[in-house]
Amino acid sequence: MGYKAKFRVWRGEGGEGQLEDFTVEVNEGEVVLDVIHRLQATQAPDLAVRWNCKAGKCGSCSMEINGRPRLGCMTRMSTFEETETITVTPMRTFPVIKDLVCDVSFNYQKAREIPSFTPPKDVKPGEYRMQQIDVERSQEFRKCIECFMCNNVCHVIRDHDENKPAFAGPRFLMRIAELDMHPYDELDRKESAQEEHGLGYCNITKCCTEVCPEHIKITDNALIPMKERVVDRKYDPLVWLGSKIFKRSGV
Amino acid sequence: MTQTTAESPTSKQRAQLKVRTLRTDRWWLVPALTFAGLMSFLIYGVWAIFDKSYFAEPYIAPFSSPCLATSCPEGARFLGLAPFGDWYGLPPGLLILGLPGGFRLTCYYYRKSYYRSFWLSPPACAVSEPHTKYSGETRLPLIIQNVHRYFFYLAVVIGAILAYDAVLAFRDEHGNWGHVGLGTIILVANAVLIACYTLGCHSCRHITAGRLNHFSRHPIRYKAWTFVSKLNARHQQFAWASMYSVMIADLYVRLVAKGVINFPFA
Repeated sequence: MGYKAKFRVWRGEGGEGQLEDFTVEVNEGEVVLDVIHRLQATQAPDLAVRWNCKAGKCGSCSMEINGRPRLGCMTRMSTFEETETITVTPMRTFPVIKDLVCDVSFNYQKAREIPSFTPPKDVKPGEYRMQQIDVERSQEFRKCIECFMCNNVCHVIRDHDENKPAFAGPRFLMRIAELDMHPYDELDRKESAQEEHGLGYCNITKCCTEVCPEHIKITDNALIPMKERVVDRKYDPLVWLGSKIFKRSGV
Repeated sequence: MTQTTAESPTSKQRAQLKVRTLRTDRWWLVPALTFAGLMSFLIYGVWAIFDKSYFAEPYIAPFSSPCLATSCPEGARFLGLAPFGDWYGLPPGLLILGLPGGFRLTCYYYRKSYYRSFWLSPPACAVSEPHTKYSGETRLPLIIQNVHRYFFYLAVVIGAILAYDAVLAFRDEHGNWGHVGLGTIILVANAVLIACYTLGCHSCRHITAGRLNHFSRHPIRYKAWTFVSKLNARHQQFAWASMYSVMIADLYVRLVAKGVINFPFA
């Protein structure tokens, strides 16, 4: 059975704008993105919203629904009361282009700052041989759909814009962890994770993990292990001594 | 005409939402409960440290174990040792308080919980924090959190001593083996939960094999890592369960020592 839902949607260009009220029809089985599309089709033809796959796999329709970072296409209308007013805003951490569409170029900038996979020079493509248990850990991180909701929710940059130059955000710290754990990656990324990409800013409050639509354990499996690797390198005198005596690294 | 591309000067601004959060759920409930839970532990801990009824043969209260001062009753001394002589006049619990305390204070789970509930940084996801500046764990004093693994080593020792105390609790008040009282069960349950919390620590996970890139070359360490990872997935639950179990076990022994609960049921 359909019903009329009350929506409050952020409308505006740049940062200027306001929440506008709409009443929109909702049908059984629909998600928030469906309702936004109906709004676009019936009442606000110039409403800007970024979307693509409608299957939770492209990461385009990241938005904040009742204040929580969510994918519009994966948020069922049945999770709300019919009488509830649903507030839809763009991601708070990134500049707004128009309405619900953000400029997420910060993330691409951060991606470019991370040195790419660096295999040994004497191993040619096609010669990589890895055991399944060696690749399993980083395979979890490859599920990332780059919706950037983890970077959006992280208070380090959400509440402190001034930290953006120094902090890569959970998504890219996870990328660094993925590469650092890779059996064939030769680059030592521990020092740079802390000094150049701002791992120390993370205070492990796990919001990135809470919002991840792919349920990647970003904090427990990437950020904390990476923090421990940094401790090995920078803060643990015993490990430092051991590495000098036994000359071992990257085992 | 207004430009709406990413390069537009007007586009370099976030949505100017004036409210702290638009969340409509009870986001404050979890930090409030966490605050209450941690505060109750702190208040109990301060009382327990200065309470003198910490030993009732064969039970010793976990907050005062190992008892290392000459002021400890003879049966309470760890392996009969009393390295801290007559000069030490403070409660014996103060001598070892820093070890499990430091372990929990620097624990990755507890960091999350008190950063959220005490420091409000942030109080909940997508709720603005009240601080104007933030440097996280990049500088003093919070950079000291990186010492966690050393507290882990010490916590293993304390955990082993609590397990030893639990084994001794299978004796009765005359020292005869075979006794199983409510206190025995409580101390054993506490020792198990402390072990699960300690061994599920993120530093332990790193030390077993997390620091390796080739699990396949270290099958035994990989097995250990797999086991620790299973405990680690429940680290939050074990953190709370062991915190309350140690509090309950401690209170129970003190009640026995004060004569509120008596043998043989104790």
